[in-house]
Amino acid sequence: MKRITAINDFVIKFANINGSGSASANELFSKAVMRMGVPVSPRNIFPSNIQGMPTWYEARVCEKGYHGRRGGVDMMVAMNPQTWDADVAEITPGGYLFYDSTRPMPASKFREDIEVIGIPLTEIANATYSDARQRQLFKNIIYVGALSVLLDVEAEVFEKLFAEQFKGKERLLDSNKQALHLGRDYVKQHLKAPLGIRVQRSDKVGDQIFTDGNSAAALGFVYGGATVAAWYPITPSSSVAESFQKYCAKFRTESDTGRQRYAIVQCEDELASIGMVVGAGWNGARAFTATSGPGVSLMTEFIGLAYFAEIPVTIFNVQRGGPSTGMPTRTQQSDLLSCAYASHGDTKHVMLFPQDPHECYTHAATALDLADRLQTVIFVMSDLDIGMNQRLCKPFVWDDAREYDRGKVMSAAELEAGKDFGRYKDVDGDGIPWRTLPGTHPSKGSYFTRGTTKDAYARYSERGPDYIYNMERLNKKFKTAADLVPQPKLRAAQQKTDLGVIYYGSTSPAMREALDVLETEGIHIDALRLQAYPFPQSVVDFIAQHERVFVVEQNRDAQMRSLLINELETNPAKLNRVLHYDGTPITARFISRSIRDIVRPKAGTDSTRIKETA
Amino acid sequence: MTYIAKPRMHHPTLTTNKVGYTRRDYEGPISTLCAGCGHDSISAAIIQACWELDIEPHRVAKLSGIGCSSKTPTYFLGASHGFNTVHGRMPSVLTGAYLANRDLLYLGVSGDGDSASIGLGQFANAMRRGVNMAYIVENNGVYGLTKGQFSATADRGSKSKKGAINTDSPIDLVGLALQLGATYVARSFSGDKEQLIPLIKGALAHGGAAFIDVISPCVTFNNHSGSTKSYEFIRQHNEAVSRIDFFPPGEEITASYAPGEVVDVPQNDGSTLRLRKLHEDYDSTDRYAAMSYMNEHAARGEVVTGLLYLDPLPTDLHTSLNTCDRPLNALGVTDLCPGSQALDKINSGLR
Repeated sequence: MKRITAINDFVIKFANINGSGSASANELFSKAVMRMGVPVSPRNIFPSNIQGMPTWYEARVCEKGYHGRRGGVDMMVAMNPQTWDADVAEITPGGYLFYDSTRPMPASKFREDIEVIGIPLTEIANATYSDARQRQLFKNIIYVGALSVLLDVEAEVFEKLFAEQFKGKERLLDSNKQALHLGRDYVKQHLKAPLGIRVQRSDKVGDQIFTDGNSAAALGFVYGGATVAAWYPITPSSSVAESFQKYCAKFRTESDTGRQRYAIVQCEDELASIGMVVGAGWNGARAFTATSGPGVSLMTEFIGLAYFAEIPVTIFNVQRGGPSTGMPTRTQQSDLLSCAYASHGDTKHVMLFPQDPHECYTHAATALDLADRLQTVIFVMSDLDIGMNQRLCKPFVWDDAREYDRGKVMSAAELEAGKDFGRYKDVDGDGIPWRTLPGTHPSKGSYFTRGTTKDAYARYSERGPDYIYNMERLNKKFKTAADLVPQPKLRAAQQKTDLGVIYYGSTSPAMREALDVLETEGIHIDALRLQAYPFPQSVVDFIAQHERVFVVEQNRDAQMRSLLINELETNPAKLNRVLHYDGTPITARFISRSIRDIVRPKAGTDSTRIKETA
Repeated sequence: MTYIAKPRMHHPTLTTNKVGYTRRDYEGPISTLCAGCGHDSISAAIIQACWELDIEPHRVAKLSGIGCSSKTPTYFLGASHGFNTVHGRMPSVLTGAYLANRDLLYLGVSGDGDSASIGLGQFANAMRRGVNMAYIVENNGVYGLTKGQFSATADRGSKSKKGAINTDSPIDLVGLALQLGATYVARSFSGDKEQLIPLIKGALAHGGAAFIDVISPCVTFNNHSGSTKSYEFIRQHNEAVSRIDFFPPGEEITASYAPGEVVDVPQNDGSTLRLRKLHEDYDSTDRYAAMSYMNEHAARGEVVTGLLYLDPLPTDLHTSLNTCDRPLNALGVTDLCPGSQALDKINSGLR
């Protein structure tokens, strides 16, 4: 049997039972590898359940820094008897199986073509600890310790992590250290280590940070000046609001009074959350809500009101698998059309597409500026893959000279000076009208906000010309938006090519890797990463410059492709779908195979066919 | 139509209040509701209450949902910002607006369809959060704009104009407000401005979740015999438990009453509500007694009106959230942004 051998390039998957405390042990493992200077991208694959159901943690160790899901499993840490058969079957031939050998298993439960590493984890834990919960929790640390020797991760790295995590809690520090060494010592005494796959010190992590998109978004909202957050719990977005609460408690509490410079309300439903955000935005506070697809569905009436009455609103949508309740704990990019055109009548909404936690942070802050500037709804379209998984990314940056762009808000002094105020009048030629905040001036600048039609001075009107003026101005404003939103990023191929690919959001890391792979095979593709909708002219130009353009996305219906065709009147025949939508994150292998199959139809046969697994 | 402004001419000697406004300054454009609509009387009472309270009109934010009642904010306080939101969702928009700026007065105007049918959830949750607002439901038991369907406050057995009998139990908004923690709960009748004006003044000065259910007959669709929301029915069944007088802060209270007849209740803002008891056994500061009194009288077919419950020391949502004194919408980057140094620390914690 040929064993898989690889340094700093393998996939290890942990099969656990949710609620068993494995999550923090697995995170500890990933962090330790990163402290060795080797990039890791972990992904939680978890059920919509609290306790007792299977959960997996798949970590890709990759010196080259590809953060996309790779596919295939080189080593399985099989800690869940419920899923044993499937977990063992998933290991790539030549790979490794790590398991708790306390209870003997029949030979039929193993495979001939993999290396089996049994460690009596339960036995070790039971011999050391008497408390049931301690036995469970430290068993997790024991397996991390065992793995650290098998994969050659230094003990000092863990000890430093423990010291940081348990600062001031010496008892916890010591007991965790003890558990780690129980695992390490067992392997050293009984097994041959390291394995064919292992970690070696490197310097590829640099100043990158390791964080999840939802807490990064929350931080962006703190830095961007959001003061009102209204939300309703929904997977996978709840941790946006919860992290916002946590950061606000730390950074927005007045030191002298102990009072809060923020207001967070957990609402009775998504209708109330968006209603509060609309009310706060109308009244001049920066406000946001965080939700997922089903929440957006409930919010659509208000979204139409905010569009038509022109109220700044920021909606952070952490997308999950739809339709309906769909796959609440799986990832997709399937809310594009429902957000782009949310609500009845002719409506259009700005969307931003963050590719990683760093951009969840920057786009959250940017969205608040854009909402005020454009006086409309701004969606930030994250997804579960970015939102609920920790990812290595660029550190957060803030320019202390940066001011908030509060947009066109007419002051009492301007009103007093006699400046003409027409709430829905285009005076600057960009389609964006001026607004006033309630309570500004005793006799000037008040107006009535409504979802019904009105004239340029906000007076109720059902006259056709008034309606047309307003709708055309809204269209003009949307065109203005295309230049204000984050612009597409071009990655040019190494040589001139008539192939192009368009992608966005969490597809980025897999795309980057796929482009590298295809390039080595001689398939050169120019790549354009969309950061926002509406699309600026550069997208039109990119499509025009290429004969064939792949549109890579994570939904069934090619929603971005539809949006491109609909908005840019692009020839549909030119846009090739590359669609991955089984709820798992898209992989480089899937993208490269799909494109290869189209570009070189005969080559895409068995040798490149890779089994995709969850 | 709503854009028809009233003529600006008025008598030069028209009295001004302490902040220099005439009653006329609290009006809006001409109402487009049906002649005789109870809602117009309520608008007039709001105008009178705000003028008498010396409120600067632009310091009021008026919000409503959808329906005949929700149209009325156009017809009063023309110098205030107003917001006609979506059907049944005014409470959340008002809550958000209040979170953004705690320094304005918030007046929510809604109807029975808006608050009891489509918007019951938002009504209930705004009450339990203690949003500082005066929330007025103009209750006629019927949908006017869609021509006469029953709403959720229509009494069982009540007859529609077309002759249909309502078979569903009514939702009692006053009972709900009491149960859910509103700290000022009243019911009144659009045809009784002596009772209504002081009730609105008390609600505006209250400082917590104040709710007034105003029975406001629909002259077009629900003013016939067999209706329990007609002028005639309400006049016959109105059972007022109290009359209140409102005394602004610092005003000397001169009128005298026999002991036991009146209760003076000081309010948070320094004003005083004088309750003239019409029923000796009624205690307006006992929430649970109020609830059972309401239930007993409702069973007898009586419509109890007056100030039904008052907590003179209410807490509100901003107090619960411990927000700062400055309105959140007035805070800028220096107040809100932790800056790059704090961010560097966060970054190093994530490595």
